[in-house]
Amino acid sequence: MPTYDLSINGKRRKVTAPAEMPVLWVLRDLLNMTGTKFGCGAGQCRACTVHVDGEATFSCQLPISSVAGKSLTTIEGLSNGSTLHVVQRAWIDEDVPQCGYCQPGQIMSACALLAKNKSPSDTDIDDAMRGNICRCGTYNFIRRAIHRAAESMVASAKKETP
Amino acid sequence: MLAVNRRTFLKAGSGFVLACSLGLERALEAAPAPAPDFNLFLRIGSDDSITLLSPSSEMGQGVLTSLSMIVAEELEVELSRVRTEIAPADPRYGFQITGGSQTIPSRYPSLRTASAAAREMLAGAAAAEWKVPAEQCRAEGGKILGPGGKSATYGKLAARAVKVKPPAAPRLKDEKAFTLIGQPTKRVDTLAKVKGEATFGMDVKVPGMLTAVVARSPSFGGKVKSFDAAKAKAVPGVRQVVQIPTGVAVVADHFWAAKTGREALEVSWDEPNAELSSAAIQAQLEQLLPKGAVAHKMGDADKALQSAAKKLEATYEVPFLAHAAMEPLNATAHVRKDRCEIWAPTQSQGPVQEAAAKICGLPRESVSVRTTFLGGGFGRKAHTDYVDEAVHCSKATGKPIKVVYTREDDFAAGQYRPLALNRLTGALDAQGWPVAWTHQIASPSILAGTSFFGGLQGPIDPTSIEGAANLPYAIPNMRVTYAKADLPVSVWFWRSVGSSINAYVTECFFDELARLGGKDPVEARLKLLANHRRHRRVLEAAAEKIGWGKPAPSGAARGIAVHESFGSIVAEAAEVAIEKGEVRVLRVACAVDCGKVVNPSTIAAQMESAVIYGLSAALHGEISIDKGRPVQQTFYDYPVIRIDQAPKIETVLVPSGDAHGGIGEPGTPPAAPAVVNALLALTGKPIRKLPIRLPTT
Repeated sequence: MPTYDLSINGKRRKVTAPAEMPVLWVLRDLLNMTGTKFGCGAGQCRACTVHVDGEATFSCQLPISSVAGKSLTTIEGLSNGSTLHVVQRAWIDEDVPQCGYCQPGQIMSACALLAKNKSPSDTDIDDAMRGNICRCGTYNFIRRAIHRAAESMVASAKKETP
Repeated sequence: MLAVNRRTFLKAGSGFVLACSLGLERALEAAPAPAPDFNLFLRIGSDDSITLLSPSSEMGQGVLTSLSMIVAEELEVELSRVRTEIAPADPRYGFQITGGSQTIPSRYPSLRTASAAAREMLAGAAAAEWKVPAEQCRAEGGKILGPGGKSATYGKLAARAVKVKPPAAPRLKDEKAFTLIGQPTKRVDTLAKVKGEATFGMDVKVPGMLTAVVARSPSFGGKVKSFDAAKAKAVPGVRQVVQIPTGVAVVADHFWAAKTGREALEVSWDEPNAELSSAAIQAQLEQLLPKGAVAHKMGDADKALQSAAKKLEATYEVPFLAHAAMEPLNATAHVRKDRCEIWAPTQSQGPVQEAAAKICGLPRESVSVRTTFLGGGFGRKAHTDYVDEAVHCSKATGKPIKVVYTREDDFAAGQYRPLALNRLTGALDAQGWPVAWTHQIASPSILAGTSFFGGLQGPIDPTSIEGAANLPYAIPNMRVTYAKADLPVSVWFWRSVGSSINAYVTECFFDELARLGGKDPVEARLKLLANHRRHRRVLEAAAEKIGWGKPAPSGAARGIAVHESFGSIVAEAAEVAIEKGEVRVLRVACAVDCGKVVNPSTIAAQMESAVIYGLSAALHGEISIDKGRPVQQTFYDYPVIRIDQAPKIETVLVPSGDAHGGIGEPGTPPAAPAVVNALLALTGKPIRKLPIRLPTT
């Protein structure tokens, strides 16, 4: 079985796995990183969203062999110790999660959106987030949280540039 | 013992703490000394920790927050001081399931009493220590204060206080003095959930644990005829292949190996129902429909129909529905000779414990049930079937086993919301007011397949007629009948149960009749609800919020529906358009009367959630049957509402102050009829079958 040299949340990890094993299950079952969730295994619900070189990517159909040498970020790598990512902060301020199962994927998709688009419109949010299903129906809360995160990113950018 | 994720699952005292409150970080540092149990619901540690043992599971509906608010209120502490654990399975909690939107209605009084009792016991301990009368001691800010500036923290008093005789009737806090109950309050479990640290059933890891993926009969009611495990066992990581009552389990080091092993497994099945189709089921319902037992009768509907000025007959149909929670079914069990341990995302600690005891041949108390967070439940996780499988797998292998369902397994596993065929007739008098209403229902029975609530007693399943037999409208002649269909497709409780069917059927037929009689849907309802003050209030509130009577935006129309379920009454008004041949729900105004309010934020969140859930069913949801199996397999062919289809939702609380009603389910039933009634207003055509398919003309 091949061994892969991975970069996950800025750390190097070595893992031995079948080449076709999806990144989702490598994370969950081999590396004990269970923040990334299994929802459908078919790229339909995006609960398994991670970042591959900064791009939001669903990991349930992503063979481990395809990410060697690339940089992976998961929900566990989003906050810096006790300092939360601005999107996580907005999720708390807007009281978004209900059951919470899809939220790591939602947050990873929202972060990727905001990294590219500092001030997304509702349509931009629809386009970036329609892949992520939430059966608790927190969509309006998610929309508000993304707008809030965008506003606080703008506010902190202003603070930094006098 | 759980090997991973100390941050969310901590060993403490006798149980595993689901540290999900704002006390999370503090809870991480060190497992506190075993804290004394004051009663079934509360533990206060010498380290000042206050732990609520929640008798209910947290599946998104917000009970950990609401219950913590009740504890904090009565104990006079900040909400952030209350940590939460899901209580272990224990018959002393009564029928221990989380369902029927009953946590607050059933637990509010007992939890207040338990918390007030703990407060008085703490005061009693302080009084004894200070040798002062107990009346001179009071609780404030997590301390007992006494005369002369005396003060002691709960932690200091806890060991002594648990020995104080619990008061038979502790004095409850005056509701007027509430500072927390009734105030919008943020959830206590959000931090863990946004960090990916909340432990769901799927995340459980036990030392030595293996993962099983089970091959089950492709059609309902099938059994294993024979199987060949050779190819499955050749898959790297596969350890064992064992037969269990529901199929053949491939047991492996991890999910991927187990799933790959199952794909290689060869099983031949004995399938007695392989010919079953939706068409055959439909024919069976048609044949049963006129033969139902009378569930409700008033006046003489037949006579009134004969002499009516106008009449209308309509057939309404709804399909089977899957729950499709985001977390697919899964459970972990470890069966040993003398005990069985279970870790599961379950709504049913009591039934799970009973079922496992039976499977293992152990007394009930030898089965421990630890409940994780649930990645959605919606009723499905009140069934024990998936937990039973984990117990069987562990029993067969002697190892701790996590059974994981794929999404396709989850859809195929049945326990659907029942389908139903309905035929209604209505009669109007010369002024256009309804004088007769008959409603025939043919549907499978949920209670026939369970011992819950004593199982099915008599010919009528009360869950099948809820919302139909108790139609609130003042119509002098009514008859409702129910015919039970026996089908191999299993059915189960689904968010709002029979009301999810009957609100649609009755509220849409009502609009058809109102239209025939030339009445405005709101006016007609208000008149026929003269004796239902609470219904009228929510109806008026929803109508006002949506702007009823004012022109709708160009190309859009409005519809309304009201329904009582689980002790709460909800009216929803929808503004709907048709864009590019598809139904577009623009806005939903929702008014809810749940009696008394614990957390307004939870109520608003649950209303939104329930509306979206109802819209998913109305616009998309359908499980159809072919070759004895479900046609739909995953979110490709069982679409649900996504963010771009989610309407703006505005919720108004109009609490009557009556007894607490439920809040997790009652928002679902009015969603479909509000939308369908808007489409009737928009197109002039009724939609008598769900999911909504627009007429092609």
